[in-house]
Amino acid sequence: MPKVKLPRKSTNVDMTAMCDVAFLLLTFFILATKQKPAEVLAVQTPSSISAKAAPDKSILITLTADGRAFLTLGDETKKKEILENINLTKQMGLSPEEINKWNKQEFIGLPLSQIKGYINSSNPIQPAQMPGIPIKDTLNNEMVDWIRSVSNVYAGSDQTALQQMLLVKGDNAVLYPLFKNIKQAFKKNEIYKFRIVTNGEAIPIGSEVFNESIKS
Amino acid sequence: MAEIDTSGGGHKKGPGVKKGKKLSTRVDLTPMVDLGFLLITFFVFTTTMAQSTAMNMNEPKDSDDPEKIMKVKNSGAMTILLGKQDQVYYYYGQLDPATLSEQWKTTDYKEIRQLIVDKKKSTPIDDLMFIIKSDKESTFKNAIDILDEMSISAVPPGHYAEVDITPAEEEMIRQTELANGIQ
Repeated sequence: MPKVKLPRKSTNVDMTAMCDVAFLLLTFFILATKQKPAEVLAVQTPSSISAKAAPDKSILITLTADGRAFLTLGDETKKKEILENINLTKQMGLSPEEINKWNKQEFIGLPLSQIKGYINSSNPIQPAQMPGIPIKDTLNNEMVDWIRSVSNVYAGSDQTALQQMLLVKGDNAVLYPLFKNIKQAFKKNEIYKFRIVTNGEAIPIGSEVFNESIKS
Repeated sequence: MAEIDTSGGGHKKGPGVKKGKKLSTRVDLTPMVDLGFLLITFFVFTTTMAQSTAMNMNEPKDSDDPEKIMKVKNSGAMTILLGKQDQVYYYYGQLDPATLSEQWKTTDYKEIRQLIVDKKKSTPIDDLMFIIKSDKESTFKNAIDILDEMSISAVPPGHYAEVDITPAEEEMIRQTELANGIQ
């Protein structure tokens, strides 16, 4: 019987297509991942075993290592209202145009008295150079006013959602009294729950929580 | 695809000149694919790792009403004081001037975990209370670390609290720091 001769085929595969796919995916991932906003304020957060992810949309208080406090209003829908509210309650005398201009700034890190000058300045100072919101003095803790405006604006909406949004991000080296003043600012506005931004950390093996998590 | 037309333009050489052999421009793309996927894997892993987490903080309501101030049994209380340079001091029950030097102990964040667990095991859960006091020279990291220790050791909420430090305790911390040479 005559053997059927199978033509020998080369096992070389054209890699071009695969290469295309690989780089397409690479480009996609690089472009699709949300870039971490450039860290204007360098903060080394402490670590905790908490596994809950920090929300993107937040009202964030940042404490830098040199003890300055900054506020970032991440909820764009309410940001302007909060600025309008503090303008009204603290009688800052800003015009609607000035508030619009202020609304574009990401960080709030100035005493209320300096805001007007900052908005109208032709060469405004960069966030990294700002002196921060005054919190060191318990009698003149402007964070209390800020939190009051925040809670005024959110008064009608879901309070648990607000508590989820309130974040404090502090540097490892911040001295405790400053953190205490921040806590006071919340407490004075009858907010008793907020969250701390931390670095995720593995649960230590052999600890109580570790044993419990194994059981369940 | 990966080939480029190398046939050259219309420039023709004379009849005696031999044409150079046409070389294939096919390149083996396998290493490039490898590299591509390696980079993808790298980016995918690094982006998920950088996520920061949030820890819940529950603050008690301040009350000036002495009726509402929580009473803690001496036998069930352990006071943890946070000092500077990551020093931790602790004592059980109430600080008594007569036995001060025996009550007052120094430790650090590594050893405090075992002490918390021991105290938790040796005390009926209803009496258990950890009182955390932060000195004005302790850091934010210290305050968060000790709260984290509470959750690591599964101390139920309501059995630990942050309380303001008293002048007597501050004085005691200063003396201990002086004795231990903590700058």
